[in-house]
Amino acid sequence: MVIMILKILVPFLIIFQVIPLLIWVERKGSAFIQDRHGPNRAAIMGLRLGGLLHSLADVIKLMSKEDIIPHNVNKPFFIMAPWITLSIACVTFAVIPFAQPLTINGELFSIQAANINVGILYILAMASLGVFGIMLAGWSSNNKYALLGGVRSSAQMLSYEISMGLALMSVLLVSGSLELNDIASLQTAMPWNWNVVKQPLAFLLFTAAAFAETNRNPFDLPEGESEIVAGYHTEYSSMKFAMFFMAEYAHIIIASALISVLFFGGWQVPFLSTDILRSHADIGLFFVILAHGVGLLVLGMFLLSKYQKNKYGDKRDYEVLVLGVPFIVIGIVLCGIAFGFGAQPLGDLGQQIFAAFIQFGVFLGKILFFCWFFIWVRWTLPRFRYDQLMHLGWKVMLPLSLINITVTAIVILMVS
Amino acid sequence: MLLVILLNNPVASALSLVMALFSLSGLYILLEAPFVAVLQVLVYAGAVMVLFVFVIMLLKLRPEDLQQDRVTIGKAGVVLLGVPFVGFLIHKFLSVPVESSFKPVAANFGSPKEVGTLMFTKYLIPFEVVSILLLVAIIGVIVLAYRSPTDRD
Repeated sequence: MVIMILKILVPFLIIFQVIPLLIWVERKGSAFIQDRHGPNRAAIMGLRLGGLLHSLADVIKLMSKEDIIPHNVNKPFFIMAPWITLSIACVTFAVIPFAQPLTINGELFSIQAANINVGILYILAMASLGVFGIMLAGWSSNNKYALLGGVRSSAQMLSYEISMGLALMSVLLVSGSLELNDIASLQTAMPWNWNVVKQPLAFLLFTAAAFAETNRNPFDLPEGESEIVAGYHTEYSSMKFAMFFMAEYAHIIIASALISVLFFGGWQVPFLSTDILRSHADIGLFFVILAHGVGLLVLGMFLLSKYQKNKYGDKRDYEVLVLGVPFIVIGIVLCGIAFGFGAQPLGDLGQQIFAAFIQFGVFLGKILFFCWFFIWVRWTLPRFRYDQLMHLGWKVMLPLSLINITVTAIVILMVS
Repeated sequence: MLLVILLNNPVASALSLVMALFSLSGLYILLEAPFVAVLQVLVYAGAVMVLFVFVIMLLKLRPEDLQQDRVTIGKAGVVLLGVPFVGFLIHKFLSVPVESSFKPVAANFGSPKEVGTLMFTKYLIPFEVVSILLLVAIIGVIVLAYRSPTDRD
């Protein structure tokens, strides 16, 4: 029972912790791409922490703003629309596997919230339901621009869902199972077995369709900031707008997780299969603790070397100390633990838990890499015009995905 | 499901239909058919109903075109007639011993493999006929709604 609650809570909490991180990465990353500094002013007691506190400031601002509901809107739908969008975005994360299933007392214990045997279809179904939230938001706002944004967005999402489903189908042909866990295990740890090598066209199609599904640049005409005055969430203020905002980043996280599970091996550590991880768990644990300790020590010493008294003349001098000193202390403690205990042999359960943690970490790393990719593309490419978007979806990507499935099926038939 | 016909606002009725389809999919899950359940949400609630709501939204319905709200009388009537009926059904259900009525289903009942095998062996001809039916529907829509470029403005 407790395990069930934990399995439900952990993906949910992951989304809600990565969203502020993504907001910070988006702002600082876009600033880096555009050759400027990015936000660096929000501070707690003089500590700026490089702009990380802006997410906290955003949350406080959005929660304390006045919640405006315009006069002629359809109130139930107006209030319901952001809830639908955000809850569907969070629910989709339930079937994503985070590590190879553990075998406890002969029973498989899978590291995902729900182990249904139609995993991918569930995600597609939730993506289809996500269209409702945006459509309702656009229509119930009693505003021309919102309606236009909502209609465009739903048409775009519907068109690209088809290409996404067909690109998925070619991955299914290769993997032979609908469960995401099986798809991730069948791509063994060697990077040349990953689906991105076996199905490169499907990877490109799926990524482009994922960009269109999440209404993200270059497909973000529905919420185009310079085109139709923020599109379908024009009339939303404070918490409801915050929910749309969070839902967009949650969709980005889900799309990144899907791309990495389907095409890049999900939780597979490159070159280290699960058996290797489990059998060398004792040395592995020693190395991981040692590496963390040494890494934190080096980082702490680097930060301390930047400490110059009277550089700014106010509390900003002490920022490097606030991070540097704890890093050095924790680094010394970790190195002490590593050398003090040495490489202890772990039991069977311990080995499996260690392997699961390493795979979990690698998976999170892959998700963060693809989130960065989403943000990178957003600030690099210009926006598609609406007719170009529709042309691309129906006349280019749909035939390409169909050809991909046909060729894949022929190749599989010839090989087997 | 009752709300579909009782509510005045057509978008609200469409959304009630979505909720009904969702509940139907939940029933499918309880009946050990997760594949059909997810397909129901994907195709029916996610694509067909989206198009319904799309079209309803694009119609410019003025509030005075909708009828007066007579839902209260209708709802009262349904409740008055429905409560004894539901009570009768509950009595019938409770008087049947539950354990002896159900046989456990096979382990891969309703799995994609089973459905796919059935669709391509036993039900192949209905499958192909349904796809031709859909093609006819698409062609019919295009024929009905097509305006050649010279007819514009």
